[in-house]
Amino acid sequence: MIDLIIHMSIYILMPPLLFGIINKTKAYLAGRKGAPLLQPYYDLIRLFKKKMVISGTTTWVFYAGPIVTFISVMVAGLLMPLGQSQAVISFTGDFILFAYLFGLARFFTTIAAMDTGSAFEGMGAAREMTFSAITEPGLFFAFLVFVKLSGSMSLTVMLQRNLYGIINQNGFAPIVMVIIGLAIILLAENSRMPVDDPNTHLELTMIHEVMVLDHSGPLLGLIQYAANVKFFILSSFLCTIILPTFTSDGGLSWVGFLIGIILIAVGVGIVESIMARLRMSRVTVLLFSAFLLCGSALIIFVR
Amino acid sequence: MALQLIIVAIIGITLSGVVGILLGKGFKWEQAITTTIVIISSVLGLIGASIGIFSEATTLKLFYWPTIGGALIGLDGLSAFFLIPVFLIGGLGALYGMGYWKSSEHRDSSQKLQLFWGFLVAGMGLLLIGRHVFSFFMGWELMAISAFVLVMTEDKEEECRKSGLVYLLATHISTLTLFVFFALWHYATGSYVFQPIAEGALQPGMLNALFFLALIGFGLKAGMMPLHFWLPGAHASAPSHVSAILSGVMLKMGIYGLIRVGLLLPTPPSLWGGIILTIGAISGLLGVVFAIAQHDIKKLLAYHSVENIGIILIGLGIAYLGRTYNQPEWIALGMAGCLLHVWNHSLFKSLLFFGAGSVLHSTGKRNLDIMGGIGKKMPTTALLFLIGAVAISGIPPLNGFISELFIYIGLIRPIALGDPNAIGLAMVAPVLSMIGALAAACFVKVYSAVFLGSQRSEDLKPVHESPKIMLIPMGILAVLCVAIGVLPQYVTLVLESVIHQDILLSIVPLKTYSAFSFGFLISIVGLYIWMKFRSKKPKEVLTWDCGYAKPTSRMQYTAASFGNGFAIMFDWVLHSKVHRTKLNAVMPDRVNFESHVNELVLDRLLKPVFRWTQNASSWFGRFQQGASQNYILYILIAVLILMATLVPYKEWFVPFIKN
Repeated sequence: MIDLIIHMSIYILMPPLLFGIINKTKAYLAGRKGAPLLQPYYDLIRLFKKKMVISGTTTWVFYAGPIVTFISVMVAGLLMPLGQSQAVISFTGDFILFAYLFGLARFFTTIAAMDTGSAFEGMGAAREMTFSAITEPGLFFAFLVFVKLSGSMSLTVMLQRNLYGIINQNGFAPIVMVIIGLAIILLAENSRMPVDDPNTHLELTMIHEVMVLDHSGPLLGLIQYAANVKFFILSSFLCTIILPTFTSDGGLSWVGFLIGIILIAVGVGIVESIMARLRMSRVTVLLFSAFLLCGSALIIFVR
Repeated sequence: MALQLIIVAIIGITLSGVVGILLGKGFKWEQAITTTIVIISSVLGLIGASIGIFSEATTLKLFYWPTIGGALIGLDGLSAFFLIPVFLIGGLGALYGMGYWKSSEHRDSSQKLQLFWGFLVAGMGLLLIGRHVFSFFMGWELMAISAFVLVMTEDKEEECRKSGLVYLLATHISTLTLFVFFALWHYATGSYVFQPIAEGALQPGMLNALFFLALIGFGLKAGMMPLHFWLPGAHASAPSHVSAILSGVMLKMGIYGLIRVGLLLPTPPSLWGGIILTIGAISGLLGVVFAIAQHDIKKLLAYHSVENIGIILIGLGIAYLGRTYNQPEWIALGMAGCLLHVWNHSLFKSLLFFGAGSVLHSTGKRNLDIMGGIGKKMPTTALLFLIGAVAISGIPPLNGFISELFIYIGLIRPIALGDPNAIGLAMVAPVLSMIGALAAACFVKVYSAVFLGSQRSEDLKPVHESPKIMLIPMGILAVLCVAIGVLPQYVTLVLESVIHQDILLSIVPLKTYSAFSFGFLISIVGLYIWMKFRSKKPKEVLTWDCGYAKPTSRMQYTAASFGNGFAIMFDWVLHSKVHRTKLNAVMPDRVNFESHVNELVLDRLLKPVFRWTQNASSWFGRFQQGASQNYILYILIAVLILMATLVPYKEWFVPFIKN
């Protein structure tokens, strides 16, 4: 019970912090002082207090989009184990539901964007959909690797089995390939550098930010919070795989998980500081490489 | 009892159109009476089929036919399962047709359409209960020919005539292949009755011949790649409710044939399952890729049928492989996915075609790139179409996800259990996920191009919401989509009864999933209402266009621009043709841009081959001039050749050989 309470409070409270950490890291590497660590929380509170401004072209779809996205992402997170703590809901085949809930979120984000009738938002929506068609099979290949290694079809068991013991006979290469592939998918799914630049000020070059240009106030707050949670979920996915089980003690493993996930946020911050955004046509190549890495890893494990 | 009900339903539906004709064109209530007969018969048929699913298999001799035995019919779980969409869409489509194809507006074609609608539904019903070549083919040809007449409803348009002709060719190739199949069947088994062949009774060569003939014959009807070439044109040209039944139900008769043949043949070699699985994956992927490249809403939906047939075939392939390797779980999961997707596809594809029909009815146009903003004027149609779009993309919590979940688990479970044959199956799972992502992209494109944003062209007629008689059938289909999506455990009972296995619920935890999706839906609705109540009335402004103060609807992203990323990514198979005028000055004149994609098989393979054959054999035409003297000469030559065979050449040559 206590574990569940810790689990849920970390799940609900921590996501915005990761964005604070990323921004702080970027500021530090650029030699700036940067916004306070808790800035994302202040932003969210401010957004929820604001009044909305809505385009006259839109219908109820525009309103429902962020809500469906928010709920789908929050619910998807319940299926994901956090470190050594098992997922809140867990059943056979839950990873399929996990992937498809992200699909539902994407569907509604994009139709809400298209509802405004803006060319920019159309571009963002089209790009989001195009890239997801490559990341989705990549993600499934990664899932298959873990299904094969753990012999289970439920995320908690798939990710938490101590993989280092199982993979010894195959060497570390394939698991490293999966981890690199997943890291690329993490960056792409969350619209981070080098796929998308969250800080750009030119609508023409954006993906995620441009889709939500017309949302404001509480709806924008929901979108931002959902984006934070999505980043948190995928980071904890990566963290759970990489982090070995070094202890059976509940408290210590939570500390390990938190350190791990903060390190991932710092890593993303470093990547964003030292890399430029890729040209749109090159993004496809990067995503295909993630797809191929995960796919080849599966073949190596099964051979 | 169940079988008798179905026979009554089939007879009623066959006669419905005849009654209409007897009542005459001028009679005001003619269409209403015809439709009522269809609906009452459909309800009877649905009751019969529902009883049939849960009862033992029965057979009955319909009548005696001296030369080939009797017309045997029968009912088992499988037939009953496929009968349900036949009667459901048959009834709802007739109802929809009352609004869509009013007899007062389409005087010349409405009675023809009603008559052959009845024949089509009756034909499908008959072939499903046929247990003998005779009764099966009666249904099959009734279906195939009435579908041709229905496709040709608007035969004043050239495009319609062309695609009708292609359909007629394709369906005859399919029928002829099946003729060969059944002839071979009779040769091998000595009977025209559908009876399982015992293990080891036939040589592998004969079995392979039977299987591949069935695959071509039924696959053509199902519209699997690369035999799908007739499908997009035919489905786009037919009236929308006809497209709905062709796409949602008639294609499934091919699938039924493949399942039935699989049940009759003995344990298949792994080759068969592998081929079905591969064809399924290819159809799924290429179907959706070609769908994204379409500009015509009905052609797009037709290509999505190819995609969904692909998904169904993936499920069937798992089941075939399960029989090969003697794995009851594979059979159960594969068949469950395959069968449930048959139902699901008939629900959401009909819903989408009805929706497209409503748009077409209202705007008079099918081109996606000139629509937009219709959702404001047709809110109910827009909502129902959205439900269909989410369902066909296989997204939870609607029904498309459930059937895909069965297939996914069927594909992935073997690798989890460490089965040595698992890798081939597992490799299909990412393909399926890619199909899902592409389908979602395609329906975001369609939905936003038609219903969202603002109207792109002034050519459209003033848009209005469709009459209730068209909305009610759509509403029923949408409710069914949601119901299967959130209460899958009850549908699973039906599936388990059809496939005679009860392990599905223990493998796939659908009860957990059902509770989960209820919670999910409730929280979405709850949050929506709470947000609406809580927030103050928002300020209305223009859409943000970088500060541009006078945006026009022509600045929107069109369907073509939305799909451009995919068109580039899949150009290796799409080969889109782009025509554009160059920008020639700093202040250029009006420019235009046009792109289109040719059909993979029809335009790029069949037409060139036919044209080449025609050119190559044109010299032959000089022999057929119509002058009777020439023909007498030909006969004379033929007689001479025949007489020449009487000459004893052998005796002439024998002495030479001997020496």
